[in-house]
Amino acid sequence: MKILVMVKRVSDPNVTIRVNADNSDVDLNNVKMALNPFCEIAVEEAVRLKEAGIASEIIALSIGSSQSQEQLRTALAIGADRALLIESDTALEPLIVAKLAAKVIEEEQPGLVLLGKQSIDTDNSQTGQMLASITGWSQGTFASKLEINGDKINITREVDSGLQTICLNMPAVVTCDLRLNEPRYASLPNIMKAKRKPLVTKAAEEYGVDLAPRIRTLKVETPNIRQGGEILSSVAELVEKLKTEKGVI
Amino acid sequence: MSILIIAEHDNSSLKEITLTTVTAASLIGGDIDVLVVGEGCTGAAEAAALISGVNRVRVADHACYNGQLAENVAALIQSLANDYSHIMAPATANGKSILPRVAAALDVSHFSDIIGVESADTFKRTLYAGNAIATVQSSDNIKVMTVRGTAFALAEKKGSAPVESLTQVHDLGLSAFISEALAVSERPELTSASIVISGGRGMQNGDNFSMLEKVADKLGAAVGASRAAVDAGFVPNDMQVGQTGKIVAPDLYIAVGISGAIQHLAGMKDSKVIVAINKDPDAPIFQIADYGLVADLFDAVPELEQAL
Repeated sequence: MKILVMVKRVSDPNVTIRVNADNSDVDLNNVKMALNPFCEIAVEEAVRLKEAGIASEIIALSIGSSQSQEQLRTALAIGADRALLIESDTALEPLIVAKLAAKVIEEEQPGLVLLGKQSIDTDNSQTGQMLASITGWSQGTFASKLEINGDKINITREVDSGLQTICLNMPAVVTCDLRLNEPRYASLPNIMKAKRKPLVTKAAEEYGVDLAPRIRTLKVETPNIRQGGEILSSVAELVEKLKTEKGVI
Repeated sequence: MSILIIAEHDNSSLKEITLTTVTAASLIGGDIDVLVVGEGCTGAAEAAALISGVNRVRVADHACYNGQLAENVAALIQSLANDYSHIMAPATANGKSILPRVAAALDVSHFSDIIGVESADTFKRTLYAGNAIATVQSSDNIKVMTVRGTAFALAEKKGSAPVESLTQVHDLGLSAFISEALAVSERPELTSASIVISGGRGMQNGDNFSMLEKVADKLGAAVGASRAAVDAGFVPNDMQVGQTGKIVAPDLYIAVGISGAIQHLAGMKDSKVIVAINKDPDAPIFQIADYGLVADLFDAVPELEQAL
């Protein structure tokens, strides 16, 4: 079984992002970029399935700028076998990304698609669900455990009140949550080996998908910054303040 | 305009967060229908009928909707979609899972976790862990979106909307519900509690969360955690407050042993009063806390419990 794993280039999660001066977008100039943490979990899971003899080949797919090659190389260093970059100079909306990915699925016929549950830049959490919808496949979102039995896959999902386990027909789209696994660090030999693994680049326009945006961003603003208050000297003072000044207890 | 809201419920009862989505919908204007999908969900449907401002409650009660499987529920919503200009759901695990699937099936875009309604086609939402707020406009004929519960007030419960049964059965057979392991707690739900006390990596292990539970029980509070505490395996993910967990905005938020990474702040910075207890005076959490206590939490938390 082939696994397709989707990865996204995002700003490093430890960097605080600022809005640009004309309020048109955020300012990503000179910002350190990284592989989206949840995508890293998806790649790790694919590699573990290959190590367990369940998957035969792992294809990493990224849809974004040409610099996304860096994140694909990271996925290859973790253990993906080959990579495809669908290049676009402009940021594409999740619906368009899902449509492009569906075209790749037609070509590659994977048995399982793994993605992160959300990207930490736009915080949408849409692409996996949309991809499952377009392909007509089953979906397992926010997975913290997955278990493949023949042509079925059991997914344990992180839901608001605990855990839900569902059984999906394969092929399926699964989005990965935090506790699914702990991604490995790519070793130096594997990073070197990744440089020689195949990475194919195609233009988004080649796929016959309408790339026109549906959403217009009118402005991007900085939220109100909360001001810090006072440092108190004792628990007794804290309780007093909460009771009398704020009336919250 | 007419709006369809997908209710968040556990069959027997309606989750309060549904009331905030009704408020968001009322800012758009037009008729508001609430869809209750489940198995044995009469209780939730009756509760939905009481929400002020609701025109009609539509109920799809069938075994194939057990566990609210995304494939079947999305197919049902898609079959109803042509009656509506907007389809909305609370930004819960269910809403976030189902509505993007619906949007793609309708070939329209989707707005996740909106925090403001500017007009019928323009909304506000956060980006980059709450470090930016975007105003976004959709050109699609049907607007599909999830709504952040903490950003809107609760609608009142003085209504008496008619309840209509839907007989359509959309059983795609792609997925099956197996089981649920729900956290059982006498404490209020994290997203609707008026007081939340959360622990971070400083708690050192899961057992130490019992200290927070004791304080929570005295205050009638819910207990949360930072991603670091979940990541370290101290507590389950359903307790996570933050960018990739739950968004809360209680009257009082007490952060214990939490340094204050931006990912955590994204989930709690709209709380009315924030208290931070941390032994590191340079922890970023103090920059946004109304009251800070630079102290060893293992001394301060038991003392707090005693003082209440």
